[in-house]
Amino acid sequence: MSTLSSTYALIRKDIQSELRTRYALNALLMFVVTTVATILFALRSDQPTATVLAGMYWVVIFFTAMSGLSRIFVSEEERGTTMTLQLVASPSVVYFGKLLFNVVLTLSLTLAVTLLYTIVFSTSFTIQTPSIFAVTVLLGSLGFASAATIIAAIVAKANTRGTLYPVLSFPVLIVLLMTVMSATAKALDGEEFGAAMGDFQILLGYILAITGGSYLLFDYVWKD
Amino acid sequence: MEGGDPPMIDVTLTATGITKLFNRRMIFREISFSLKGGDSLAITGRNGSGKSTLVKILCGVLTPTQGTVQFAIGGKRVSIDAAKDYLGLVTPYLQLYDEFSGWENLELLSRIRSNDFPIDERAAESLKLVGLWDRRKDMVRTYSSGMKQRLKYAFALLHRPAVLVLDEPTSNLDAEGVEVVKRVAEAQRASGILVVATSDAIEAQWCARELRLGNQTQMVTIR
Repeated sequence: MSTLSSTYALIRKDIQSELRTRYALNALLMFVVTTVATILFALRSDQPTATVLAGMYWVVIFFTAMSGLSRIFVSEEERGTTMTLQLVASPSVVYFGKLLFNVVLTLSLTLAVTLLYTIVFSTSFTIQTPSIFAVTVLLGSLGFASAATIIAAIVAKANTRGTLYPVLSFPVLIVLLMTVMSATAKALDGEEFGAAMGDFQILLGYILAITGGSYLLFDYVWKD
Repeated sequence: MEGGDPPMIDVTLTATGITKLFNRRMIFREISFSLKGGDSLAITGRNGSGKSTLVKILCGVLTPTQGTVQFAIGGKRVSIDAAKDYLGLVTPYLQLYDEFSGWENLELLSRIRSNDFPIDERAAESLKLVGLWDRRKDMVRTYSSGMKQRLKYAFALLHRPAVLVLDEPTSNLDAEGVEVVKRVAEAQRASGILVVATSDAIEAQWCARELRLGNQTQMVTIR
């Protein structure tokens, strides 16, 4: 098997499948819209601080991710296609294929939330340091996708996967959440790029640890 | 399959001491056998005796509690992950993707498997063999259960597997479909290894040996 071409083919399959079924996309988009609308109604004319806005931004992304990112494996279990994948792809191909698909989904999600925030909170959500924001969103999305993928693989085989997913995800993601909120607040406050280097180092370390650990564990999670 | 006798593939499948427990319930214990190209094995037993479980273990999609399954191709041992390139499986537990057509399923899955043969040619051959050529562009969700079973055969035979494993091979098939499966089984016996898990005595007769699962597991030679 050629791992790269197999992985690419798997990502293509998942993207085509998602565009046809909207299995995760619809849930994600609706969640984003309703959550942002709720925040908007709650705040009314109040102008929240950069820290509060940064926190709310990532809360929306966290809960939206919880509603959609698990479907990458849950849909395979529910439709009975897990065995099919096990027959055609090695565990490493499945892991990296699903991880990269989740990265694409998470980046799309953060882009959608950013656009909505920029429109809805146009006066207060002003990105003063775009470079910090861009790196934070990129690393944050990679971190979210890494953790979400392995947890999705674990809960896909459980009976109570709906409640189990956020319960398992939160302790794993809390370090990531605190770090991206801190870095985003710095981007909104207009701090220099160097001020966020500590946050970026934490995020990089997190991504490497979670991705490396997940890759080693995935074989045991994937096979019955 | 049509057109001349296929060459015998140098393949061996060796199961050694296969034991499976689910929680504390013993499904089967210490099952051992060895198959090479030209061999065929029927796995029989009552409902719940573990036929499908053993099939899944042989195909590497379920881990045994104890024991090993080893494949060798051309005399060289290959890992269970590499062995899946030489394995075809048809089982009620296998599903294909409803949101794609029959043709798309074969194409996509073949690309994921990184097969090195011309996919279009093989997919056409497989679909014609199982009688789904006219419905190849229809979504699988529009297929009947019999058509889905036929598509599973097309998928299993796409890469001309050295080892073909059939679990309840004729379920949901009409008389024509059953004849196709019989021809497939005959062709597989001539070129590789055939394993059939069934509770049907007639289907068990397709094979030269029978492994009867139950309280006392027995290996019997049929012919």
